[in-house]
Amino acid sequence: MALDGGPEQAGHPAVRLRGVTKRFGAVLANDDVDLDIPQGAIHGIIGENGAGKSTLASIIYGLYAPDRGSMEIDGEAAPVRSPADAIARGVGMVHQHFMLVPTFTVLENIMLGMEGGFLLGQGEADIRARLASLSRQHGLEVDPDALVDDLPVGLRQRVEILRALFRGARILILDEPTGVLTPDETDQLFTILRGIRDAGGTVVLITHKLREVMAVCGTVSVMRHGRMVGRRETAETNTAELAELMVGRTVGQAERPAQSVVGTPVLRGAGLTWRSPGGTLRLREVGLELRAGEILAVAGVSGNGQSELLDLLSGLSGVQEGHVEFAGRRIDAAHPATPAEMRALGLAHVPEDRQRRGLVLPFEARENAVLGRPEKAGPGPWTSAAAMQAHAEPLFARFDIRPPDPKLPAAGFSGGNQQKIVLAREFDTVPAVLLLGQPTRGVDIGTVETIHAEVLALKERGSAILLVSTELDEILALADRIMVMNGGRVAGTVPAAGATARQLGLMMTGAGDGAAA
Amino acid sequence: MPEVWIDMLAVLDGTARLAAPLILCAMAGLVSERSGIVDIGLEGKLLAGAFAAAAAATLTGSPWAGLAASLAASVMLALVHGFACITHRGEQIVSGVAVNILALGMTVVVANALFRHGGHTPALGAHERFSAISLPLAETLREVPALGSLYAELVSGHNLLVYAAFLSVPLVWWLLWRTRFGLRLRAAGEMPEAVDSAGVPVSALRYRGVLIAGLLCGLAGAYLSIAHGAGFVREMSAGKGFLALAALIFGRWKPLPVLFACLLFGLLDTVAPRLQGVDLPLVGPVPVALVSVLPYAMTVVLLAGFFGRAVPPRALGRPFVKEH
Amino acid sequence: MTALPRWLDIGVLPVVNLALAFLAAAVVVALVGEDPLEVFGVLLQGAFAPGALGYTLYYATNFVFTGLAAALAFQARLFNIGAEGQAMLGGLGIAFVCLSFEAVLPGPLVVILAIAAAALFGAAWAVVPGWLQAYRGSHIVITTIMFNFLASGLMVWLLSGPIMRPGQGSPQTRLFGEAVQLPALHDLARGLGFEAARSPLNLSFLFALLACAAVWVLIWRTKFGYALRAIGHSEEAARYAGIPVRRAVVVAMALSGALAGCMALNEILGVQHKLVLNFSAGYGFTGIAVALMGRNHPAGILAASLLFGALFQGGAELNFEFETITHELALVIQGLVILFSGALAYMFTPWLARLLLSRSAARA
Repeated sequence: MALDGGPEQAGHPAVRLRGVTKRFGAVLANDDVDLDIPQGAIHGIIGENGAGKSTLASIIYGLYAPDRGSMEIDGEAAPVRSPADAIARGVGMVHQHFMLVPTFTVLENIMLGMEGGFLLGQGEADIRARLASLSRQHGLEVDPDALVDDLPVGLRQRVEILRALFRGARILILDEPTGVLTPDETDQLFTILRGIRDAGGTVVLITHKLREVMAVCGTVSVMRHGRMVGRRETAETNTAELAELMVGRTVGQAERPAQSVVGTPVLRGAGLTWRSPGGTLRLREVGLELRAGEILAVAGVSGNGQSELLDLLSGLSGVQEGHVEFAGRRIDAAHPATPAEMRALGLAHVPEDRQRRGLVLPFEARENAVLGRPEKAGPGPWTSAAAMQAHAEPLFARFDIRPPDPKLPAAGFSGGNQQKIVLAREFDTVPAVLLLGQPTRGVDIGTVETIHAEVLALKERGSAILLVSTELDEILALADRIMVMNGGRVAGTVPAAGATARQLGLMMTGAGDGAAA
Repeated sequence: MPEVWIDMLAVLDGTARLAAPLILCAMAGLVSERSGIVDIGLEGKLLAGAFAAAAAATLTGSPWAGLAASLAASVMLALVHGFACITHRGEQIVSGVAVNILALGMTVVVANALFRHGGHTPALGAHERFSAISLPLAETLREVPALGSLYAELVSGHNLLVYAAFLSVPLVWWLLWRTRFGLRLRAAGEMPEAVDSAGVPVSALRYRGVLIAGLLCGLAGAYLSIAHGAGFVREMSAGKGFLALAALIFGRWKPLPVLFACLLFGLLDTVAPRLQGVDLPLVGPVPVALVSVLPYAMTVVLLAGFFGRAVPPRALGRPFVKEH
Repeated sequence: MTALPRWLDIGVLPVVNLALAFLAAAVVVALVGEDPLEVFGVLLQGAFAPGALGYTLYYATNFVFTGLAAALAFQARLFNIGAEGQAMLGGLGIAFVCLSFEAVLPGPLVVILAIAAAALFGAAWAVVPGWLQAYRGSHIVITTIMFNFLASGLMVWLLSGPIMRPGQGSPQTRLFGEAVQLPALHDLARGLGFEAARSPLNLSFLFALLACAAVWVLIWRTKFGYALRAIGHSEEAARYAGIPVRRAVVVAMALSGALAGCMALNEILGVQHKLVLNFSAGYGFTGIAVALMGRNHPAGILAASLLFGALFQGGAELNFEFETITHELALVIQGLVILFSGALAYMFTPWLARLLLSRSAARA
């Protein structure tokens, strides 16, 4: 089966954008974007994080109003000012963050906005029947009376897709739909998308994953820094070319650093089992060992326990079962350690979410440079602007943070420079253990290299580093050993040398088996 | 008829009277908060309504004009709250405090200007108020044992607004859980982004929620000054709006439990004065002042989560920011 | 949200909002049938006439304490709207110390103990909602409201029974002895050789000024203040940084309650010399207006307190000068100030920003 309905057919494209520009404050999210999405095809929009893909999708769906530019849907000028306009023109969207009411049932979520009469009772039977037939038609089975709160992520996504189809969407936009899915669920999703295409629908798949585009899309548009930089038929291109378009230059396979001498174990965890406050099992008997001068990477589809593991090791959430040994201390449910105590023991932590956790955005950069390092803020119980300035200045110089003014509020720095503030702070002391969460998420490509170099330098100086990343390429470039997590369990740990993306992918789904390393 | 029975009927009758404004205000709070807008301004709307009702009834001689004025005054404050919280995404608690203080000052200032009576309105005559309604057959059935007196004493003989209060509970339930509007309103209070993405404007929904809250508080205000009472007295709401807020939390934002909370609080209020001078074994004289604050203590204990949990609507107090 | 330059945000915006509040109040006055200018004239004169200034400052003392209480909690993004109840408890603490010890201990020592008791009792009444928020997740707005009513019930019960002045029907305690009163400032002035008009202004005004300075140092010059501000901006980041958020919340509420409790120094220890019902008179809520107008900064709070002190003192004059306008006009203005400088604080931000942009564009 051909993957695509062919090149642009006669007739109008499903969506045509001309000169679309959108600015958020100082950031030009979309810069004069032209786009044609062919009818009855699966079209990919690919680009790095922050390239402007989601903004573009939100403009098509009427969530944002563009500053300039025009849009046509099915050949008609279509000024979409609100989601209601988009829905009326047959555009549906599956959001990256699901737009579902968690305390409502599936049926109520589907009905919302299309209730079929003033009284809910009037339309319910009809909606229920139509929902059932839609579910059958597209292989999207889900219990209409289940509470969304009780559904796993994969099923919630189905509800989102059903909701869009139920509203008569002929053009379905999916924004990073696979970030929360296992490879298996991803395959199921792609089957569903192909079915929609075969039934005459148009699908727009927004992603930063090249493999996915090559697997399911017929045509692909590439975005970089808010601009549309290329358009290809997937049959006539390859991942290398697309990657080059995405980042704007040739991407070489990262040089693997020579295996350094591995030191002694500095942190051990064993039998770590952890439940969320809601009672869901997030970690199951996780064991791990971090050694000085080594990078242990945690690979896995996001939401498989990586974040919980970081929280547990950093002291942000308490150990429930099992124990952690670190710097001569044994931490378990009876002997908890707070984040401050873990820091005092020599742990540093670059959190996954730097904007909510790693920084206090309205604080000055120099105030942020002492976040979690109160001893640097001033003598005794006092804080001193001079002390904070003196601490921040060398950090700014070493990491080349721009603009080089520690008095500016953190909110005023770009994403990459914000991340550098966090890294500079956490790398400063050459910690015994560094927890490194998504270090390059949303960071421009030039900064990624700087960050990787600094991480490797820190390793050379003897830190034991636990790297959590959803980017397999990053893991393969940095790690010495790779621990794969699936469903809160350690699916296996393998040496990085010789590991392949395919092998790791299998382990992420729980299919592969890894030898203990 | 046995003495105890008569006493009990009197207590229940008093409970209904004291609970009526609580029920109306609590339903007002329920609709507003289910839409995502915190309403600690119930007290202010109640007070403004009470004053407007008494003033208009005095000036026109008609309780209906009083009721209309009460609704208008309360709705006006509700719209101020909506303008601040919905249109300008202001801090909802702060706006509520402003509404309360504004009402406190305005009622007395305007009362003085209109009536020069120390912030009160003149006493209202019987024809200027909503008086008791005798339900059909009340007198005929009075002699039927037990049920007859129950009907005649407890069910019959209240003013229109008491019936409105009890009717407001099923109405609010029906509106919120059986209609399209209700589904959307509740969704706006839980996950406004979902409502917006379904193509329904969140602001309009929340404005309607706030507006309904204004109308219900207006009814409660009219009840205080031109039905239960006979004229406006400064600060006559006396914390009832906050008590209703407590009942709303105590009833976990659900109509029927909220109704029961209001009745319970009303019962405590009815019983407290009767306990004056009563000696309890071991305890000694009942501290009446402490009995009357029992509802607040109970609400705190509930909020502390020592028995059950009161989970508010998830988007309560969170302004909906739609980027453009 | 459009960002404004700092000088506009803290300099111009509050003035614009305040002007709006007065404009709206003027409309109310006009609708009532009086001349707004005349009314505001009387207000001003009432507030600053010779002899009135002491009263203005006496009111301002209350507002400094309750305003600082609201602002300190708000730094950690806690809405303490329970200053009213905390002040009542502060008064109770003073009465407890004075009535128990004035006969057995030297006067100055009793006064010091009474000051400590005011702060401690106020703190205790705020710690419970703080603890419930931090450890049980109960919403502090609701619990502090409930605690206001609980305090009020407690006072009614105590003052109409256990600590009521013997042989009298009104709900108040007996007078404290002269040795355990805070000296009035006009007496102190006379001691120093100045002549000052009699007024209720007393030593607690100086305490209020000290409290302003102490809160400023605490918030902007200590690690605890840093922690509070971090919590206020991002609780997640504060937890990540190893700040014991729950403990900090409880401590912040304790300090906030202590400040609110100190309001009773002015009213009970300084003026009434006995515990009476309802002496807090809504000043706890005025504190919210003061904190909002003062942008949660001690200097701003001092300025806003003076303004509200003038309003309350000048408002009292209205009763004598006009038949239709009474001192409740001060309440109306207070409500409007909360509305405009609190809930609607940023209504004019885009407008001001545009004005500024077009001005600078014109210059370029």
